[in-house]
Amino acid sequence: MTRRRLPEWFVLLLPAIIVIAAVVLIPLLFSLYSSFTPYKLTRPSTLWKWVGTYNYEKILSDAKFWAAFGRTVLFLTIVLNLELLFGLGIALMMNKVTWGQRTLRTILMFPMMFSPILVGFQFKFIFNDNIGLVNNVLQSMGFNVALPWLVDAKLAMFSIMFAEIWMSTSVFAILILAGLFAMPRDPLEAAKVDGCTPWQSFRHITLPFLMPFIYIAMTIRSLDVARAYDIVQIMTGGGPARRTELLWTLMSRTGYVDARMGLANAMGYVSILLSILFTIYFFRKLSAARAELGMAG
Amino acid sequence: MTEVTLSKVVKKYGALQAVHGIDLDIKDGEFVVLVGPSGCGKSTTLRMIAGLEDISGGEVAIGGRVVNDLPPRERNISMVFQNYALYPHMTVRENLGFSLKIAKRPEQEIVKAVDEAAGILGLDELMDRKPAALSGGQRQRVAMGRAIVRHPDVFLFDEPLSNLDAKLRTQMRVEIKKLHQKVESTIIYVTHDQVEAMTLADRIVLMRDGHIVQVGTPLELFNKPVDTFVATFIGSPPMNLVDGVVQGDSIVLNGSVSVPLPVSAGKLTNGQAVKFGFRADNLMPIGHAVEEEGAAHEVDLSVTLTEPLGTETLLYTNMAGVEVQAKMFNPRPVAPGEQLHFRLTLDKCHVFDAKSGQAVRG
Repeated sequence: MTRRRLPEWFVLLLPAIIVIAAVVLIPLLFSLYSSFTPYKLTRPSTLWKWVGTYNYEKILSDAKFWAAFGRTVLFLTIVLNLELLFGLGIALMMNKVTWGQRTLRTILMFPMMFSPILVGFQFKFIFNDNIGLVNNVLQSMGFNVALPWLVDAKLAMFSIMFAEIWMSTSVFAILILAGLFAMPRDPLEAAKVDGCTPWQSFRHITLPFLMPFIYIAMTIRSLDVARAYDIVQIMTGGGPARRTELLWTLMSRTGYVDARMGLANAMGYVSILLSILFTIYFFRKLSAARAELGMAG
Repeated sequence: MTEVTLSKVVKKYGALQAVHGIDLDIKDGEFVVLVGPSGCGKSTTLRMIAGLEDISGGEVAIGGRVVNDLPPRERNISMVFQNYALYPHMTVRENLGFSLKIAKRPEQEIVKAVDEAAGILGLDELMDRKPAALSGGQRQRVAMGRAIVRHPDVFLFDEPLSNLDAKLRTQMRVEIKKLHQKVESTIIYVTHDQVEAMTLADRIVLMRDGHIVQVGTPLELFNKPVDTFVATFIGSPPMNLVDGVVQGDSIVLNGSVSVPLPVSAGKLTNGQAVKFGFRADNLMPIGHAVEEEGAAHEVDLSVTLTEPLGTETLLYTNMAGVEVQAKMFNPRPVAPGEQLHFRLTLDKCHVFDAKSGQAVRG
């Protein structure tokens, strides 16, 4: 009797298939399935109860979810744009430095070396309304105020953004600096001879050349910021009273504090759309910018 | 009227001096080529004229106006770069029109100037392409087009042909010369290739180590080199140089061969150490020479190597222990080791002082 043998290519691929299935595919399918159940961590039997799209319907009509969603988009937009501006500025200045540039570049990366949790604690202290650095400085300068940095909705968002920007502006700076290093000098000189002022050279020659680098940084950072959790959790915990609630703090609260994992997973699938949309958007922009420079293909 | 005047122009990079106070007058409409080996300061000089390098000392004047402290955009010059320096994100049309757009000229004028330049350089078919989709020669033409749309006072070329292959280089050389005949602007052209210098220039400025060695028409530099450097730099193959000592009316080469002093030679003292120079064109086998008249010295030499070039063959031979090159017109096959009877045209030989390298001419 001849035993049917598996085809060779399948056998060779099997280890990879098993690993991918174990670490990615099964958790993904499981979480997708559980988003259609009222799965509660405290009552495992709920996992077997199918409720169809109930969780999704609930989310779509949930003002708190949409508030967090909108806040996340706003957070993303402001943080990315400011990081781009600061990063571009820092890179342009660093590019002019002729002495000690390597040291400066290393120093520039320091904020990236800290754990976001620690950055969160540090800024929580800095912005503390009683003993914090900022209020102390303000008071010793004669302003008799104690601003509720981490309590007021706008100030708290500002504080979190400040910490996020402090930590990650160097991602933009370093990628843009790499772009500036890769930039040929000749077109800039040609532009000078062609009559460009320094601003026109930057606007018409340097910036188009840097766009691919900027979009790469944007793509990386948009994924990073869209999953912002650690800094927010440490500094405000999404509060007070959900004033700084972002998608991930909401999801973790729903999943682990309220133990409603089915609902949290449904939120996860909705918000992943956000990340995918941003990624597609920046990738389109990136390809367009590369095509513009004749780098496509 | 756009003459360019350099007086005592100096360029220093820290302690290093790249250009040592050069003086040069370039007339309106003249085609001047700065030539020299790499590191001689020719590109630096051009970039100082363009305003891309600061001038450490002296003065540069364009059209009578001292431009030392003016940025490039206020000098009304155009420059063609070795690496073309096209704007990669713009089409050919946008590249050509960029300088006019920056100057805020009316749209109609830009279109007209761009079309005119494209017509002169045969770029009409390529107007909507990006530089990445062009060949080397096409890019170079766009770079030239970008230079001519502005009708500048002075064109500056910085080794524009050195990135092209040999065939294209010859073609573009002709195009540049034609362009000069059409636009009649002053052109300053930098190259390390003496053939480009010879073929293009109204006047050649030969530089070495930040100094000007000789200025003159191509034929002046070829026929009357001021020293051994010029003699070996200009002309291909380079001039043959053989050490010798003056003895009466002749020069004894390396203590073995005696050659009569050329009539053109100036004041020489008995026993003076000299270098005797002659070009391959002046040493030819009898019966295969171009000119058979004038004062000559005849000598038997054995050929070690031949390089047939078609209408002529380059012969490598040995004179007084030094390898020298000779030419043979209407060539016939020559076997290595074969001895031929050569004729050295004395009128066209040169004598240089051995120590200073300066030509000794009457």
